[in-house]
Amino acid sequence: MSNDAISYFSAKFSEEKKKPGALAGFSDKAMAEFRKLGLPAVRHEEWKYARVSNLFRKDLQIGTGETGLTKADIDKFRLPDADSATELIFINGIFNPALSAVRHLPEELIAIPLEDAANGDYAEFVKANLGHSADYHPDGIHALNAAFADNGLFIAAKKGKVIEKPVYIYNLADSRPGFIFAQPRTLVHVEAAAQLQIAVQYITIGGNESFTNEVFEIVAEKDAIVDYYKIQHEGQLANHVGTTHIRQVGKCLTNAVTITLSGALVRNNLNMIMESEHGESHMYGLYLLDGKTLADNHTIVDNVMPHCYSNELYKGIMDGESSGVFNGKIFVRKDAQKTNAYQSNKNILLSDSASANTKPQLEIFADDVKCSHGCTIGRLDDEALFYLRSRGISEKNAKSLLLHAFAIDILDNIKLGPLREHVDKIISERLDFNF
Amino acid sequence: MLHIKNLHANIEEKEILRGINLDIKAGEVHAIMGPNGSGKSTLASVLAGRSNFEVTQGSVEFMGKDLLDMSPEERAREGMFLAFQYPVEIPGVSTTNFIKTAVNEARKHRGLDPLDAVAFLKLMKERMKLVEIDQSLLSRSLNEGFSGGEKKRNEIFQMAMLEPKLAILDETDSGLDIDALRIVANGVNKSRTKDNAFLLVTHYQRLLDYIVPDFVHVLYNGRIVKSGTRELALELEERGYDFIKNEVELAEQD
Repeated sequence: MSNDAISYFSAKFSEEKKKPGALAGFSDKAMAEFRKLGLPAVRHEEWKYARVSNLFRKDLQIGTGETGLTKADIDKFRLPDADSATELIFINGIFNPALSAVRHLPEELIAIPLEDAANGDYAEFVKANLGHSADYHPDGIHALNAAFADNGLFIAAKKGKVIEKPVYIYNLADSRPGFIFAQPRTLVHVEAAAQLQIAVQYITIGGNESFTNEVFEIVAEKDAIVDYYKIQHEGQLANHVGTTHIRQVGKCLTNAVTITLSGALVRNNLNMIMESEHGESHMYGLYLLDGKTLADNHTIVDNVMPHCYSNELYKGIMDGESSGVFNGKIFVRKDAQKTNAYQSNKNILLSDSASANTKPQLEIFADDVKCSHGCTIGRLDDEALFYLRSRGISEKNAKSLLLHAFAIDILDNIKLGPLREHVDKIISERLDFNF
Repeated sequence: MLHIKNLHANIEEKEILRGINLDIKAGEVHAIMGPNGSGKSTLASVLAGRSNFEVTQGSVEFMGKDLLDMSPEERAREGMFLAFQYPVEIPGVSTTNFIKTAVNEARKHRGLDPLDAVAFLKLMKERMKLVEIDQSLLSRSLNEGFSGGEKKRNEIFQMAMLEPKLAILDETDSGLDIDALRIVANGVNKSRTKDNAFLLVTHYQRLLDYIVPDFVHVLYNGRIVKSGTRELALELEERGYDFIKNEVELAEQD
């Protein structure tokens, strides 16, 4: 199928690239990469569990941006307190300014098509920063997103602005015509001393399969504070490969929380690139899976400069025949002395057919660093269960109390209150938790 | 209230309880003493329904019902309470929410409506005084980061909230300094009524200076080898467990 996929996407690429824009060079280069690399095969160590090449079937089709979806269709998926947030909409991977609503002042925040940014005031920034993540993901699927990046979105949080209301991004895949392929692309510039909170969610409309292949790049400048929340709560037919690439180009604070509650095949890459001394980053993840969902979280913390701190905690609860994968890489480069990097992955298996795979990978080239990692895979703690039951709490409720407690540890890191409550509500319903 | 007849129990094929007989009536306080490894904590665990023990023989009747037939939560709702020797730390579960859930499960079992927030808080405030426990402790995660003494006080606080018919205190005195011991004992003494009963499992007689038992039983090698009153505990304190061991061995030689 790999060859078929290459010819399908090549044809689509030539069809769409009639007008040469500012991103033409970038896309051409990416398309050439894609042709060269092809799709990641299962033998590729990075893609051992997420067998993504299986998804490139003959019936997979790039979706159009004109699907007739209206604001009313989007209404039921809006995140809490959306009326005061900026809401940015992708339809089948294509940024749709008409359906979007920028509710921040232009001196605080701008959100425009990536192509416009590349042609206008932000040309230099886009040229210098778009595609930085490619070095970390030398694979065809990453290149394939880049080849179609001109449909993307550009966001800038302006210098010194503390932006209180969040930016919500909704990625809609309209699968009514068939098995739809969508490739959203976003570049975010958080300027010096700006503060920004972004929440991204994914929605598949229609009863067919969907496949989203996303690349989301954030560049954070000195003294910026960035909170990034990725909420995955799609149907059992939705597939996802997404790379979130966060660069700290100045000393700043970046937080990422990734919540995966459903989907078919879900692969999340999250990178924190610590390019400035004394940077601080936090990465939290929760995957609560059942059915046949596979969620594969690959994270990278790349300590380029000294004195950086990073903390990472991923937790998984797997029921049914679901499968959770965690791979956490920490690189400490030669010059990155005094790095503090912590990583932990904890898994609870609720059924005999569920599975968890966890692999920490530390590559340390500096000699004066503190790095730790740990992982656990187990069942619910029998002693804790007995303790709760011995107080008259039923086994079912005791389990749900313990699972909710396990999950809440991650949810507490969603600082955006209404969003945290929204996610907590979904999780509580799933766990039958009502105390 | 509680009738234990010829109770035998194993853990991983090894027989720990080898024929326990014990009757506890409402209003009584019993103390079970014995050297390490005699089966004291096993007895407490088997009564509360811990699953890693297997009862191989005998019967236990609690409030006229077959105790061994009940799940741990049913035992609790029927009025049994175990104060753990090592209370479990459960991060993410707030102590207050947990106790509220437990209290309301017990009420539901008795056909009562759940307590509303105001009534619950009132009850809580009142019972907090019993064990001199601080509000700030209760708003934290269950036992997480509690000191040894705080954990034990939290156990007695839960007991006071749940108002059990039979409370089993498994080495509640271990690891307590004298002030904490006094507070815990005071909580127990104030909870005593003519309708409830206590089973104190302890290695030392120290606790019994503060909670005066009606009966003292010595457990050795999985059997109650001697029963008496408070004087028996004092005798044990003075002479150590060796005299019991010697008596048992002499008896077995006969």
